[in-house]
Amino acid sequence: MSDKKPISSVNDFVVRFANVNGSGSASANEMFARAILRHGVPVSPRNIFPSNIQGLPTWYEVRVTEAGHLGARGGVDMMVAMNPQTWDKDVAGIEPGGYLFYDSTKPMPSTKFRDDITVIGVPLTAITNSTYTDPRQRQLFKNIIYLGALSALLDMDPKLIEQLIGEQYKGKEKLLSSNVHALHLGRDWALQNLKCPIGLRVKKSDKVGDRIFIEGNSAAALGAVYGGATVCAWYPITPSSSVAEAFTAHCKKYRHDPETGKAKYAIVQGEDELASIGIVIGASWNGARAFTATSGPGISLMTEFIGLSYFAEIPAVIMNIQRAGPSTGMPTRTQQCDIIACAYASHGDTKHVLLFPEDPAEAFEFAAAAFDLAERLQTTIFLMLDLDIGMNHRLSRPLKWDDAKQYDRGKIMTAEMLEEGRDFGRYLDVDGDGIPYRTYPGTHPTKGSYFTRGTSRDRYARYSEEGTVYADNMQRLVRKFETAQDLVPRPLQANAERPTKYGVIYFGSTSPAMDEAIGLLEARGHQLDRLRIRAFPFHSSVASFLAEHDFVYVVEQNRDSQLRQLIVNENGIDPVRLVPIVHYDGTPITARFIAKAIGDHQDHLKVTPLRKAVS
Amino acid sequence: MTYIAKPKFHHPGLKKNELGYTHRDYEGKISTLCAGCGHDSITASIIEACYELSIEPHRVAKISGIGCSSKTPDYFLGNSHGFNSVHGRMPSVLTGANLANRDLIYLGVSGDGDSASIGFGQFAHSIRRGVNMTYIVENNGVYGLTKGQFSATADRGSKSKKGVTNTDNPIDLVAIALQLGATFVARSFSGDKSQLVPLIAAAIGHKGASFIDVISPCIAFNNHAGSTKSFDYVREHNDAVNRLDVLVGRDPIAVDYAPGTVQVVEQHDGSRIALRKIDADYDPHDRLGAMTFLQKHAAKGQIVTGLLYVDPDAEDMHEHLNTVETPLNSLEADSLCPGSAVLDKFNASLR
Repeated sequence: MSDKKPISSVNDFVVRFANVNGSGSASANEMFARAILRHGVPVSPRNIFPSNIQGLPTWYEVRVTEAGHLGARGGVDMMVAMNPQTWDKDVAGIEPGGYLFYDSTKPMPSTKFRDDITVIGVPLTAITNSTYTDPRQRQLFKNIIYLGALSALLDMDPKLIEQLIGEQYKGKEKLLSSNVHALHLGRDWALQNLKCPIGLRVKKSDKVGDRIFIEGNSAAALGAVYGGATVCAWYPITPSSSVAEAFTAHCKKYRHDPETGKAKYAIVQGEDELASIGIVIGASWNGARAFTATSGPGISLMTEFIGLSYFAEIPAVIMNIQRAGPSTGMPTRTQQCDIIACAYASHGDTKHVLLFPEDPAEAFEFAAAAFDLAERLQTTIFLMLDLDIGMNHRLSRPLKWDDAKQYDRGKIMTAEMLEEGRDFGRYLDVDGDGIPYRTYPGTHPTKGSYFTRGTSRDRYARYSEEGTVYADNMQRLVRKFETAQDLVPRPLQANAERPTKYGVIYFGSTSPAMDEAIGLLEARGHQLDRLRIRAFPFHSSVASFLAEHDFVYVVEQNRDSQLRQLIVNENGIDPVRLVPIVHYDGTPITARFIAKAIGDHQDHLKVTPLRKAVS
Repeated sequence: MTYIAKPKFHHPGLKKNELGYTHRDYEGKISTLCAGCGHDSITASIIEACYELSIEPHRVAKISGIGCSSKTPDYFLGNSHGFNSVHGRMPSVLTGANLANRDLIYLGVSGDGDSASIGFGQFAHSIRRGVNMTYIVENNGVYGLTKGQFSATADRGSKSKKGVTNTDNPIDLVAIALQLGATFVARSFSGDKSQLVPLIAAAIGHKGASFIDVISPCIAFNNHAGSTKSFDYVREHNDAVNRLDVLVGRDPIAVDYAPGTVQVVEQHDGSRIALRKIDADYDPHDRLGAMTFLQKHAAKGQIVTGLLYVDPDAEDMHEHLNTVETPLNSLEADSLCPGSAVLDKFNASLR
């Protein structure tokens, strides 16, 4: 019997499903999350999955959050324990007063439970086996049956779930009705045999609004479609493969000529990441908008080509869906650990533009913008996503597009301009912004051709090993990078209510956890100004923000506080004033973590002088 | 200056091709390779072939990797865009370029180090994909630019200039290209321009992956006794199966051939190849036969040259991908961007 009062909460709790991968649970679990959304209650779901196809443990966590906190919360209020393999750990992970939902077909020894939680047993296997004979059906419908039982326990409206089933199996009447039947099998059993609802409840609300539920990788891929990408070359790697797969799906829908049926795009699955980036660079050199999607190990392989893109000034877009490194690392766990690797990728003196979207909506916008930036700056643009944004469904503001927008194809010297007698030097800085003109191959019979090379050359692209010529070019590249500062998305600043000497810098997927942490910190009496960095090179407002605060926390998801290193390095500031707050165990950063880490540091800074304390 | 420009003046009576271009219009900068280098003869053959085909020089994109051979695109077609890319990565760069604009002619120039060692994978996969290109390997069996190390095409038992015997098995790029489905496969010798020029011309006219392995002796590091890629060795062991004439346009076959000795191959671009048979039994449309023939002759130490295989009805990568006829690089927002109304619907589907 519980010696702790059961948790009671409406629209604010965490349910975690523990499953075996390959058991078909993913779609039922996702339906659970979607059903809560249909109640008008925001959710933030996360897949925690192994680098494996069948048989290993997998978890799906749904944070139900009327307040709209989309970061991971930490802790579990209700565990749907469907995996005997992870039972002990799963049961141990439940918050005191929480709930354990399990398949009670086989009796479990009492030692397998806890006294401070509510245990809810539903004989899922027994119900399933008495209804279905086909083994695959038994497995799949078991998932829908527990969904039905949960709907009763959490006081959910079954009509909303039926509606979802209806949408999913539109046109497949047999599947539709059998899924609805399974849903009610579970729901009815719970209503007849259990006390429903429990302390955790879903109540209809209106907090979802017009937001959409989408994975960052799909949004980024659609951004590439809208941004005019015509060539995509990629090599499968978790967690980035779904970018190319989504791009393929979007293109099939939106990029076929209605008359001829022909494709206005080309997608090549390369033999490796070297070929993928090579294809991107060849296509971009020839005037197409091209991109690749990869993750850390792929970036390592691509670095020679990235240096070529920098030095020979060829546009390229690389979407890096970051995962925990180094080496193979934790392929299915999230991190922001390739900041330095991308910012300075390749041998020699190089610097690259990085974009840090915070969510799917920005992933869409920045992906489209990346192609304008790549062609304007004639260099590689990294879109720095991570597994947390890329592979999880996220409640996001709707995607927006301005139909008046034209692509910025950058400085292209055309046949007409050449005919007019314009001086064409491929590496000639005519406008003082460090960006030269380029010609597409095949432009003009006698003018404008040049030889592209990774070796040094003069302003007219003629091979040269002269020191002054080399240095002149390297200096121009610095000027170009300075130009980039004002072209990339600017940092967004949000100030605390009261003036404060303390600031916090964060970026990318840390965003929702940071927003929530600010509230927790304010409750503890800590005021912080916030700066969300959205791109590298850093805009001058980053330096101003640093100058305006005594201490600035830099919150990031890697061990070595890589963004902090980059800020210190690029701004030449005293590192002591930049306090690293790092979370790098592969799980998404939480508000609780940030608030504790910053709060503890703040408390430490505000130590009351001894004399004052004793007086 | 560390490059050498070539003077532009020429004899006023220099012959012109159909487009009114002279030979000189197909030249590039002065070669900085060693005097007598086989690669310079290949450069001359490329110039000759492009001149004869009356190709507009700027409609060619010449792409290479790294090495002596990869430097050569600077020495021909000075009005073409060239790209001296990354070691072993010419095939991927060329593939990307081809995807961006299917209307240009793509000339990939590589070496045996570039294609058989560091870039072996890219070589293989570009062939597999049927990229419409002419892929020329200037094959000297040695790393010239780093002074004489064996390459992967060096024959087992051949000797380096320093007297070291190669113990590794060689890679025969022609055999691999055949196995991977190249639709035009040839081997030639830089010392045999009369065979090489029409092969290059025919390869350019071929729609699909054309591969030419050109044995090109390295005068500085691989032209000694004991080498199987020296001028003397190749001349002695060259076994040509056929010689070619490339006939541009619809001109009647003017040359008189003895009956039964000529096979005419219609090319996709309207040109025709007249194959003068040397080996009466050799059938250049039989991929398997070609593979066996090559292996048998290689075992005897012979270097088989000529047009070894051609499929005149080949499909290229763009056909596999069903891409639009308009080059992808010329499409703009109006035809690429689905617009805000579509996006609104997309948003609605995700609620």
